[in-house]
Amino acid sequence: MEKMSRVTTALGGSALTGRTMHCHLDAPANAISVCRDAAQVVVAGRSIFKIYAIEDEQFVEKLNLRVGRKPSLNLSCADVVWHQMDENLLATAATNGVVVTWNLGRPARNKQDQLFTEHKRTVNKVCFHPTEAHVLLSGSQDGFMKCFDLRRKDSVSTFSGQSESVRDVQFSIRDYFTFASTFENGNVQLWDIRRPDRCERMFTAHNGPVFCCDWHPEDRCGAARGGSGRVARMGAGEGCLRTCTAEGGPSPERRPLSVSWTSRRGWLATGGRDKMVKVWDVSTHRAKEVHCVQTIASVARVKWRPECRHHLATCSMMVDHNIYVWDVRRPFVPAAMFAEHRDATTGIAWRHPHDPSFLLSGSKDSTLCQHLFRDASQPVERANPEGLCYGLFGDLAFAAKESLVAAEPGRKPCAGDRRHPIFFKRKPDPAEPFVGLASSALSVFEMEPGSGSMSWFADTAERYALAGRPLAELCDHNARVARDLGRNQVAQTWTMLRIIYCSPGLAPATSLNHSVGKGSSCGLPLMNSFNLKDMAPGLGSETRLDRSKGDTRSDTVLLDSSATLITNEDNEETEGSDVPADYLLGDVEGEDDELYLLDAEHAHQEEPEYVLPQEAFPLRHEIVDTPPGPEHLQDKADSPHVSGSEADAASLAPMDSSFSLLSVSHALYDSRLPPDFFSALVCDMLRFYAEQGDVQMAVSVLIVLGERVRKDIDEQTQEHWYTSYIDLLQRFCLWNVSNQVVKLSTSRAISCLNQASTTLHVNCSHCKRPMSSRGWVCDRCHRCASMCAVCHHVVKGLFVWCQGCSHGGHLQHIMKWLEGSSHCPAGCGHLCEYS
Amino acid sequence: MAEGENEVRWDGLCSRDSTARETALENIRQTILRKTEYLRSVKETPFRPSDGLSNAVSSDGLNKLLAHLLMLSKRCPFKDVREKSEFILKSVQELGIRIPRPLGHGPSRFIPEKEILQVGSEDAQMHALFADSFAALGRLDNITLVMVFHPQYLESFLKTQHYLLQMDGPLPLHYRHYIGIMAAARHQCSYLVNLHVNDFLHVGGDPKWLNGLENAPQKLQNLGELNKVLAHRPWLITKEHIEGLLKAEEHSWSLAELVHAVVLLTHYHSLASFTFGCGISPEIHCDGGHTFRPPSVSNYCICDITNGNHSVDEMQVNSAGNVSVSDSFFEVEALMEKMRQLQECRDEEEASQEEMASRFEIEKRESMFVFSSDDEEVTPARDVSRHFEDTSYGYKDFSRHGMHVPTFRVQDYCWEDHGYSLVNRLYPDVGQLIDEKFHIAYNLTYNTMAMHKDVDTSMLRRAIWNYIHCMFGIRYDDYDYGEINQLLDRSFKVYIKTVVCTPEKVTQRMYDSFWRQFKHSEKVHVNLLLIEARMQAELLYALRAITRYMT
Repeated sequence: MEKMSRVTTALGGSALTGRTMHCHLDAPANAISVCRDAAQVVVAGRSIFKIYAIEDEQFVEKLNLRVGRKPSLNLSCADVVWHQMDENLLATAATNGVVVTWNLGRPARNKQDQLFTEHKRTVNKVCFHPTEAHVLLSGSQDGFMKCFDLRRKDSVSTFSGQSESVRDVQFSIRDYFTFASTFENGNVQLWDIRRPDRCERMFTAHNGPVFCCDWHPEDRCGAARGGSGRVARMGAGEGCLRTCTAEGGPSPERRPLSVSWTSRRGWLATGGRDKMVKVWDVSTHRAKEVHCVQTIASVARVKWRPECRHHLATCSMMVDHNIYVWDVRRPFVPAAMFAEHRDATTGIAWRHPHDPSFLLSGSKDSTLCQHLFRDASQPVERANPEGLCYGLFGDLAFAAKESLVAAEPGRKPCAGDRRHPIFFKRKPDPAEPFVGLASSALSVFEMEPGSGSMSWFADTAERYALAGRPLAELCDHNARVARDLGRNQVAQTWTMLRIIYCSPGLAPATSLNHSVGKGSSCGLPLMNSFNLKDMAPGLGSETRLDRSKGDTRSDTVLLDSSATLITNEDNEETEGSDVPADYLLGDVEGEDDELYLLDAEHAHQEEPEYVLPQEAFPLRHEIVDTPPGPEHLQDKADSPHVSGSEADAASLAPMDSSFSLLSVSHALYDSRLPPDFFSALVCDMLRFYAEQGDVQMAVSVLIVLGERVRKDIDEQTQEHWYTSYIDLLQRFCLWNVSNQVVKLSTSRAISCLNQASTTLHVNCSHCKRPMSSRGWVCDRCHRCASMCAVCHHVVKGLFVWCQGCSHGGHLQHIMKWLEGSSHCPAGCGHLCEYS
Repeated sequence: MAEGENEVRWDGLCSRDSTARETALENIRQTILRKTEYLRSVKETPFRPSDGLSNAVSSDGLNKLLAHLLMLSKRCPFKDVREKSEFILKSVQELGIRIPRPLGHGPSRFIPEKEILQVGSEDAQMHALFADSFAALGRLDNITLVMVFHPQYLESFLKTQHYLLQMDGPLPLHYRHYIGIMAAARHQCSYLVNLHVNDFLHVGGDPKWLNGLENAPQKLQNLGELNKVLAHRPWLITKEHIEGLLKAEEHSWSLAELVHAVVLLTHYHSLASFTFGCGISPEIHCDGGHTFRPPSVSNYCICDITNGNHSVDEMQVNSAGNVSVSDSFFEVEALMEKMRQLQECRDEEEASQEEMASRFEIEKRESMFVFSSDDEEVTPARDVSRHFEDTSYGYKDFSRHGMHVPTFRVQDYCWEDHGYSLVNRLYPDVGQLIDEKFHIAYNLTYNTMAMHKDVDTSMLRRAIWNYIHCMFGIRYDDYDYGEINQLLDRSFKVYIKTVVCTPEKVTQRMYDSFWRQFKHSEKVHVNLLLIEARMQAELLYALRAITRYMT
């Protein structure tokens, strides 16, 4: 508040100049304060007390107030304040409970003026009256606030907060008699300086200590005291107020009292240990919270920014060393950030009460800084200005900067474009110097009916067997599940895994029979067709790989499955090139990514302008329905002359026999090579699936194969897969499956997931209070809380209840009841909701 | 007999549902009777020498069960369980099996049993506390029974401890108990070590680790150094210690884990202080808490004298020695008078700056002479010492210490502003819980002193608190350390210093010889202040080092 005196009018002709700069102090600073001429700053700390002149290019030490040979605790300052009326007057609060005033006008080297030793414990804050020359207020750890008249030797009045330590005191800027004090127990009190017996108003502002407060400096919010109800009582005092004002020195800006009487007292900003800055409207009878900013660390200081109605600066005493300037209406992203300090910032002050661009700060890292607002980093600029959200029915909404969307080249609306672009502009607020994002575009993409079905995912999740049987059976089972759902690639992968990992003695033999049987028995057209579909592209890419790599045959064969997928990926990449997907999701990590990819892969391309529909669906159809496409044929045509007999055989073989041929070769080679040999490939395959978005496959295989591959994939990746999969499962409400996955996972971070947050909070259905004790008997009403609202018997077993009204009962009864009525069966009138 | 049948499940007893408890008890009864029958049948068939081993084993198992039952019969907050388990014990006895009986007569060796609240006679609030504690741990430990003098504090204490050990947190459960063991072992507190060894095994800890710290994972071994310094000379903790723990490649700790560990370490260091300071006796079901021997005369004498369980006059003679009752009465009066004086003349007499500073130095220096005369090194019992290394490392006086360590100024780093924020950031909710606990301990008062009522004890409490911090080199700028000398007499200082710095050396004599006229509940209150002040001091040093590391 020291900088907010309205004595200094405007900028006095010459605007402030300067640059972002800092100077090194000899010791950590605890507080700073600016002289009213905005050209000097005082820095105080445990072992420093100096005045610096602020020049254009640098800070210049002007005066060291710490004189005398032996260090005295009176000089170890917790706070310092410079009088805004008198350039020669300073006050400090010492850690040993002494309040000292300093008169720079004294001719002696020692400028110490008066010493008040009335507080028993550390004084946390001192504050001069904004207009009175001789009134000083202090707040101390001992829970008292004292008001001193500097013309007398001791305090004029003592205010007892009746609660714990006082952390901050601030005179209201507009209201002559009012001051606010904040307390360690979270309370804020408003006092009338003439009434030391009790506070005028008290409210709990924060959870835990309130470290700081600041009155809003502006006329529009801050004005003289009193609601309408108070006018009568204050009538007599009006004359006195006038005289006080007259004494109070020149106050050209003070408005006529008649206006101020009915206007509001204004806003008070408070900051607390609970990492919040709250703005209170204290003009009415109840203090009303008007804004709330959530910071990332406890708030040590808060200062309104001059000339900017909604801006305030904060710093923290722990953990976070930056200074933030917030627009209270945008409580999530700071408007500006100053990151110069290397240790906790302890004091901040705006250099001039009418200049919003200079901020001074002192820090524990022993530096004094001047920050220029134009040099501040603006987190908004680095923030991701895109938003993406899925609707309940698979619709996708996507907002981005208009410029970005418009700049997208080569985008032509397709015939089937179901996009509904909505452009809107945010109106710039003329009162607001800090202009937010100019405009953004919102696009909504609708789902084609039925195409967004993810039922395969849920089905797969539920039907997969992950443990409890021999590996071979698990693989077979899962392959069958995948095949039933028409996911042939996946099915084949399972089959391959089985071939690779099941012991070379018995398993290959059976697998051989199995596949040969399949391949050769043309009597089973269905099976056959599956094989065909799967193998065709597989063959294509295999040969392609053969050609390009000229590698050993076993390698190629094993690469087969992944190679198939690579072709897919290629496709996808080509799609991606003309799709904004990259910039859209480029920065987004994790689940969104996954979610998006999942859909992309499974050809439910609900973003028709991203991909031409003709391209999107064929990607899948190519594999599933049609014989090898032209490119594959071409590959084949190329291949024979490059590689040997195998490629030959593969490419020339008729479709129905290709499978058996391949299978045989698998078996032959497998039996010679240890499964370890393949683990790298299997890991690649898993990574590929995960990359592609089918994290389900990656996790399922990981669980089924267990130790065989786990060691080859690093823990973090595994964890990432697990969390993604579990998250997906939970979105589909597959709680049982997700729990099974958690249980089967070997990663420690995952398996402890279902040990966390196992507490269930329950309200008593009679008194609606939380039940503190365990069990089902309420402490307060001594009744059993688990009564069925339908049959009025105690429920044993499954108890279901509404979280809104706490009533519930037997699962069966409630289900039955809800068929007939949506009101609570207990008759409380609540519209119960059950998920 | 199948092993499954022998498994006795105690957890059913923790239920609040009386029928569930009854079923659980019935199961226990049947198991025990079955075992007893089996044992008898084994005994009755004299041959089969090969069976000797299994016989011993199973009778050992039975004895454990019986000891547990004995504990339940004495310490379960639920009346039905107490009665039923006593009944089971009786019926076993009728079958000719020797049943155990508790050794000693109460939760504390220093406080006569009749002074301590009997389980079963507690009021509703205490019963709720007991039931909570029992439900969480399956037992009601002696610490709880002593702390219940101050139910308000106990509630906060149990809540914190429960959160630290059982709720969400970065460390796995068995790590937490192991760290508890490490911390308690530093002070050779076999009571806490025993308790946590049981818990450690119960949550699935590897029994091999219990053979010594060198068998535990490297990660925990790394913590040994911090444990040592924290327990004895916390002012020596530097950010290098922290860095060493956080950057140890695959054995490194995360910041959150480290904060959890530090909170656990400090909690158990100070709890060890409490255990010794109040002379907590071993749990009934643990080793040394019960005996199967029939009561004999000699036995009776030993345990009763050490427990102070005889008539009041006897105790006066025994403990207070030659000091007469009237003498100690004056003590209280004198203390009250001093407090009054200090209150009044505070404003008049203003000590100069230098004097204030020197008073802190004097107090600091004096605190090192305060030690009780016997300075012989007690070699710790082998079974406890294996949980830590470097047994010779102990408390060295802050001021006597060779190199110069700067005084820690509370105004620059205090719990409320800095410590809390750091803990809460890295280990959510715990900062809040500990903050509450500190608060309750610091502000707890009944406005009584011995036989006087309506006394403002804040000055005395502050003197005790600041004296402890002074011993750790923590200074309050706004405190006049001369007050300490006025308010705390020598025997009290000896007790404080011993409890806080070398708790294992606390004797009954020390406990009895300070504040002779004060009630036991007030002495327990003092202990609460001591342990919380100690915990805060250790935390401050550790957290400051962490902060320095982070900046």
